[in-house]
Amino acid sequence: MSDKIPVTVLTGYLGAGKTTLLNRILTEEHGKRYAVIVNEFGEIGIDNELVVGADEEVFEMNNGCICCTVRGDLIRILDGLMKRKGKFDAVIVETTGLADPAPVAQTFFMDQDVSDAARLDAVVTVADAKWLSDRLKDAPEAKNQIAFADVIILNKIDLVSEKELEEVEARIRAINPYAKLHRTQNCALPISDVLDRNAFDLDRIIEIEPNFLEDAHHHHDEEMQSVSVKVDGEVDPEKFMPWISNLTQVEGPNILRCKGIVAFPNEPKRFVFQGVHMILDGDVQGDWKPGEKRDSKVVFIGRNLNENAIREGFLSTVA
Amino acid sequence: MSTGTAPSLTENIAPVAAGGHVIAANWLKHTAAFSTSDGTVILARDGDSHRVEAHPDAGLLVAAGDGERLVTGGDDGRVAVTGQDGSTKTLAETKGAWIDSLALSPGGAFAYAAGKRVFSRDHRGSEKTLEVTSTARGLAFAPKGYRLAISHYNGATLWFPNVEGKPENLEWKGSHLDIVWSPDARFVITSMQENALHGWRLQPDKGHMRMSGYPSKTRSMSWSHDGKWLATSGAEAAIVWPFESKEGPMGKAPRECGVRPAKVSRVAFHPNTYVLAVAYEDGCILLIRLVDASEILVRPATPDSGVTALAWDGRGQRLAFGCEDGQAGVLTLPT
Repeated sequence: MSDKIPVTVLTGYLGAGKTTLLNRILTEEHGKRYAVIVNEFGEIGIDNELVVGADEEVFEMNNGCICCTVRGDLIRILDGLMKRKGKFDAVIVETTGLADPAPVAQTFFMDQDVSDAARLDAVVTVADAKWLSDRLKDAPEAKNQIAFADVIILNKIDLVSEKELEEVEARIRAINPYAKLHRTQNCALPISDVLDRNAFDLDRIIEIEPNFLEDAHHHHDEEMQSVSVKVDGEVDPEKFMPWISNLTQVEGPNILRCKGIVAFPNEPKRFVFQGVHMILDGDVQGDWKPGEKRDSKVVFIGRNLNENAIREGFLSTVA
Repeated sequence: MSTGTAPSLTENIAPVAAGGHVIAANWLKHTAAFSTSDGTVILARDGDSHRVEAHPDAGLLVAAGDGERLVTGGDDGRVAVTGQDGSTKTLAETKGAWIDSLALSPGGAFAYAAGKRVFSRDHRGSEKTLEVTSTARGLAFAPKGYRLAISHYNGATLWFPNVEGKPENLEWKGSHLDIVWSPDARFVITSMQENALHGWRLQPDKGHMRMSGYPSKTRSMSWSHDGKWLATSGAEAAIVWPFESKEGPMGKAPRECGVRPAKVSRVAFHPNTYVLAVAYEDGCILLIRLVDASEILVRPATPDSGVTALAWDGRGQRLAFGCEDGQAGVLTLPT
């Protein structure tokens, strides 16, 4: 692996338990030192860590792309932290309850100095089992945070019944069937479930399988949904590359996350990509194993996605 | 393309072990001061060096000097002042904020920023505060008069701290990082997040200047002694913009000095001749004469030792440099 500093982004609506999780990470015996970037001081019970206060400053990049926003404060703070390499092993960024995770994530792709020194490890979203269903109805921020997550911690499960829990999980899965979901009380879970996930590492995107609930409940979120399309076979790079690049350019503001693993003819390696809004990151990674079925699969999570158009577009790239 | 056969001054370097990532090099009369990220200032003179804990148990983020005193800001929220005798004391303190921008004026004033708040203290000790629209990134005092330029998101602000009334706003979309005044105070230039410079002509017409085409951010800018040239980092050569005419560099091509397969990290014009010190991310340092582009090697490329700080002394006899891995040194020019 590279020696880039891993950065974990902690999101979650107000009161879900972000600070509880943060304190749990910091107090655990793990032998690691963290630099923590927070919005409010005071609630963190640790003083031997490097804690930095940040004002969430979302800057538009001057490149004519409306969704290319970055966190200016994060660029500045990481620039300062990277001069103290060796003083810490990883960085945790705690966002405010109303924050959109996209500018944080995009900072790691848009800013060269940041991407040279640090890598986004995962977006971890803490959700309140009792109140999440309500927030998904009235708080667009909460929905964004769920849609964006690589890891979802469904916290405060002691306050709800098993039936309510299944209900809220189904709502989460309707928006984001791909995140790892953990049920917790007081955010108690192994730290390895939260840190060192490598969720943005193309190397690690070896499979994308949705965790649909076996349960009969079916929820459909009117606004935010995921679209996944699978082709039993290869796609033509001459058709696929223009299609994916055009789709993310045109639909970029609506697409929160995308991922895919596709097979190109005569290419022994898989082509793996992932993206945040209009930013796409892709490369050939890892050989297809002998005898493995060379399928192609793409996944989009976003707002008001036109499922049919995406499906037909992808199917038209078949080799 | 620079070759290995260029004349060399590598024998004229006195090495200094700075220890940590060197944030800045400054001169306090005849003493070179190296500010390092681990809070220490190393004072080096005539082969001796002395360590000063300017920010104990904290990170040092920024340093500025005026030839007499070294002022540093840290992640401990403190502004410290260190003298060439090794004395150090707290000059200002804010709770819970990083101090990562500072400026000193030739008239003895100093300014620092903590988030959106900018503090300016004149030579009599009277402090004024201004809140700008977003975090203040760069600070620079005008060459004459008590006036401060502040760069931030979507532009810059020009502020007379001791004058009542609204500061002047210079608008331009985007995130502005470092800021400098031209020595004649006609131009204010910022470096930007988008790998470009932006300039405002303050006289006569408030015109904008765009200087783009850099492959990375410019984080070092240096004026020639007469203000006719502005040297900048951020490309695989020092990009030197002509500012002789009233219009500034608009419509004119910049000079490219010291083209090498590594990015320029720091630039420093000699204080009284057209000689530019150019330092690179691969550790190399060259002196380049502007008139004929002739080059002299100061330091060869050195693995993991990118140059992060560069400063001439007041008379231009010595050049101090510091690097990311804690190596540093002083070049003394042959007389």
